[in-house]
Amino acid sequence: MSNIIDLSLSELVLNIKNKKISSKEVTSTYVERSKKSKNLNSYNEETFDTALKKASEFDSKPDFNKKLPGIPMAVKDLFCTKNIKTTASSKILNNFIPTYESTVTQNLWNDGAILLGKLNCDEFAMGSSNETSYFGNVISPIDKDLVPGGSSGGSASALAAKLTPATIGTDTGGSIRQPASFTGTVGLKPTYGSCSRYGIVAFASSLDQAGPMTQNVKDAALLLEVMSSFDNKDSTSVDFKRPLYSKDLSKDIKGKKIGIPKEYRVDGMSQEIEKLWEDGKNYLKDSGAEIIDVSLPHTKFALPTYYIVAPAEASSNLARYDGVKYGFRVEGDNLIDMYEKTRSAGFGDEVKRRIMIGTYVLSSGYYDAYYLKAQKVRRLIKNDFNNVFQKVDAILTPSTPSSAFKIGDKSNDPLSMYLNDIFTVPVNLAGLPGISIPAGLDKKGYPLGLQIIGKSFDEQNILNISYSMEEKINFKFNLNEWWMK
Amino acid sequence: MSIDLKTVKHISKLSRISLDEEKAKKLETDLNSIFKWIEQLNELKTENIEPLSSIAETKLRLRKDEIKSKNIRDEILKNSPDENKDFFVVPKVVE
Repeated sequence: MSNIIDLSLSELVLNIKNKKISSKEVTSTYVERSKKSKNLNSYNEETFDTALKKASEFDSKPDFNKKLPGIPMAVKDLFCTKNIKTTASSKILNNFIPTYESTVTQNLWNDGAILLGKLNCDEFAMGSSNETSYFGNVISPIDKDLVPGGSSGGSASALAAKLTPATIGTDTGGSIRQPASFTGTVGLKPTYGSCSRYGIVAFASSLDQAGPMTQNVKDAALLLEVMSSFDNKDSTSVDFKRPLYSKDLSKDIKGKKIGIPKEYRVDGMSQEIEKLWEDGKNYLKDSGAEIIDVSLPHTKFALPTYYIVAPAEASSNLARYDGVKYGFRVEGDNLIDMYEKTRSAGFGDEVKRRIMIGTYVLSSGYYDAYYLKAQKVRRLIKNDFNNVFQKVDAILTPSTPSSAFKIGDKSNDPLSMYLNDIFTVPVNLAGLPGISIPAGLDKKGYPLGLQIIGKSFDEQNILNISYSMEEKINFKFNLNEWWMK
Repeated sequence: MSIDLKTVKHISKLSRISLDEEKAKKLETDLNSIFKWIEQLNELKTENIEPLSSIAETKLRLRKDEIKSKNIRDEILKNSPDENKDFFVVPKVVE
């Protein structure tokens, strides 16, 4: 039998079902690796002992009908887990122990998965490099100076370093797809309304979606199948017939029409990314797909729109952290003083910056000029996609304008950090599904990703396209495990 | 349009986040560069465009107004920073 860590999630499932390996063997392998990988700072909270106990319980009474039978999995620390500390990587939630479980994580456990721990992320998922966490930067397993991307940086780092066989993240403006692209892994943001938002620490409610982060496309299909469900506890959850994504996965994409949006060819884009994109087109043509040039004319307005809408929603959502209900309080002279001191001490700089932006654009006299304006432009961006999807089945773009950057490179310049999400943000504004798959390496040897964007609730189609491309790309990336002790 | 220090302090008050002078000045710089960049939205004419507030755009579901979770007072109060187990306790509000 091959080494446990060389097996994908789907292969682990198969081996456990065929009784070739036990849940205990798999879980202890991942626990041991995680214990030796503290250098990456990818975990906020470890639940290794409980995980090992649960794995033994599974083995003594296995249920092989589950989709994730006895599979250990660490998850982003933005998902509330009952009786297990959930911090969103913020000081203000450092004492918070939820008394409820998020629907998405509950779906994982219902299907047999076992919690390994909670993974570091940018504070309240606000960041593109995992440098805003109260618990410190997450390190990319590719290089000790390199960011893993963000905000699901701990998830990407732990997945790429094989500290968890697969994981889940959340994506408000690219927080699954960008770190997946930076670490040579697969990340899928589902259609808005596919995965329940219940129990996920809220950032921007009209944009937030949970999604799978995996070693390959098949694993992403399997994990999405488990995560996605209709949920009465989320008022925007959509009741549609969810396909069996992994069962229906197919490499046959003959005749599919794939759009190439010219506006994504941005100024200063490197030749390597141009080539990556060109190669992607050729792989699709080889598989019998048709390439069609399309236009999404409002693309350049997506980021400024996002930086009004997301902070506005964040400033409302984060109003709940007032020193009364969530465990952290700094005493003050009176009620208002207590609020101000608690929030000043509890939030980090990026979170404060976004709350301030959001408060400003919603404040009296500025609402129409900023917030309403942004909502109108959001409509134009959505219409762009609607128009293009009259002509094509999916859209192919690069996932990010560059490969991973060095820690500290962008952290003092919020604007240059924000520009990193230029290719991912429009997808959230339009509520569409998007997947990033590893597609090559740049000359520094860092991974680059391609993004496939689909129609609403057409995840099966973008999974199939990715599945077909994955085979042709045949991405190989070996880490030398420098971080292990 | 630029954001001056007085406006930054006003927003910080509205946000219930206290700021020292140094942080306020840093935010003044940051917010000005961010809003200068945001201004490009004014290139677009949007008079007749309907604002998009939710991507779902479906009617919210109605449900019966009935109690689903009972006797969860202790759970709700569990994360209160105060030791009192019967209420959320805040600093004195009424003199």
